[in-house]
Amino acid sequence: MKILKKIALAAAAALTLTLAGCSNNTENEGNGDNGGNSATFRTVDDIKSSGEINIGVFSDKNPFGYVDNDGNYKGYDVYFAERIAKDLGVTLKLTPVEAASRVEFLETAKVDIILANFTVTDERAEKVDFALPYMKVALGVVSPDSAVIKSPEELSGKTLIVVKGTTAESYFTENYPDVELQKYDEYNEAYSALQDGRGDAFSTDNTEVLAWAKSNPGFTVGVDSLGSIDAIAPAVTKGNSSLLEWLNNEIKTLGEEQFFHKDYDETLAPVYGDDETYKENLVVEGGNMD
Amino acid sequence: MGGAEILFIGNNFARLLEGLWVTVRISLISIAFSLVLGTALGAAMTVKNRAVRAVCRVYLEIVRVMPQLVWLFIVFFGITKLTGLNLGGETSAVIVFTLWGTAETGDLVRGAFQSVPKHQRESALSLGLTKFQSYVYIIFPQALRGLIPNIINLSTRMIKTTALVSLIGVTEVLKVGKQIIDANRFEYPNAAIWVYAAIFFMYFAICFPLSWAASRLAKKSRKSD
Repeated sequence: MKILKKIALAAAAALTLTLAGCSNNTENEGNGDNGGNSATFRTVDDIKSSGEINIGVFSDKNPFGYVDNDGNYKGYDVYFAERIAKDLGVTLKLTPVEAASRVEFLETAKVDIILANFTVTDERAEKVDFALPYMKVALGVVSPDSAVIKSPEELSGKTLIVVKGTTAESYFTENYPDVELQKYDEYNEAYSALQDGRGDAFSTDNTEVLAWAKSNPGFTVGVDSLGSIDAIAPAVTKGNSSLLEWLNNEIKTLGEEQFFHKDYDETLAPVYGDDETYKENLVVEGGNMD
Repeated sequence: MGGAEILFIGNNFARLLEGLWVTVRISLISIAFSLVLGTALGAAMTVKNRAVRAVCRVYLEIVRVMPQLVWLFIVFFGITKLTGLNLGGETSAVIVFTLWGTAETGDLVRGAFQSVPKHQRESALSLGLTKFQSYVYIIFPQALRGLIPNIINLSTRMIKTTALVSLIGVTEVLKVGKQIIDANRFEYPNAAIWVYAAIFFMYFAICFPLSWAASRLAKKSRKSD
């Protein structure tokens, strides 16, 4: 993807000259169109006076952002997006984004905010501005009910299933070298291996193992928060300080009414369960990570 | 193997059809533009002027060498970054597929014209037809015969490639399918097979008549030789 993008941007310069002249007449066509706002971001006042906020969400990442069978957007991120629009007093326009194009949507101001399970990283923070976090993820370990693994130390000398290229693989290789790793390319292969008993436990993002254990009786998430904790936060176009500030205040204010706990109950509980410790391991209230 | 009912829960089937319409709309508009512009490009590629031919050649190679995905990024994000002009997703898709379709059609048209033996033109001129008449009555009809099946093949390729537009926020039929699969991934783990089967039939329903027409035309043209 990265190389493709670089080639794309390099070639864009050459192409733009030829295209810019002839593209004006086909501008408004409906699906995927955002109205004609320019590449510069919109401040809170701009958004309020336009009467509409444009938020980028996932449309196929249940339970964070997805489209239900009736065609309505649902999920933890969408629930928050709806509240943002309500508190700004504007209508909400949701734009479906893909993981690979989230940064570009902000860089080109095609959306005002990205609320798509966006993990805060240093690399991304150079290109977009992250607001306060509203969720966090860490690693989780799921194992059969008959021999629940309750701490990473219990795994020494045992076989742990991981998916290649995930945080779990690098974390255990670095911190618990005496755990034997069994590596798979795909999640479904890894889960089959766990079900067949080819390994003692399986580790990946805690959200993922929690959801899986919920729908697969006989398995328990014994370790639900391990390794470095990553923050999930809304992001705005770099330099859009008015919207960033508004969002940070909003998240702090919502903390007072425990908004994200309610969000969890409404959207994540059906998938992850009502367990209080799980909830505390995922939800971030008022932007406070501790 | 349950799960087929997933297609008929809520608005799922209507949403798939809606997505299919987006796919068809983008493809048909792009194909229409490509035919007009591609014929012009193809004609330009057969002129004597070397500079004109070189420019056409460069355009063709640039468009062909880069994957359509890259072009979508360039047009949808790149143009906005450089000029501030904010094109919509569907507009960008039509531009990209027209750029691509024009290049490919142009090359097909060039090939078709050049495949008409030189003596046909010379005979026409020696019979007293004007240059214009020789094109209309002699060269064009012969070129067209070989051209139509190729154009139809190109069209089916374009229809299938439009699946890439979900990357720039346009929800076409394949994306709707992924949304349905994901929304039901806990209740209906087997949904994927049914949804993909439905999408397969939808693409088939659109592409097969085209392929069928292509093979019929090919047969017909062989018979009339």
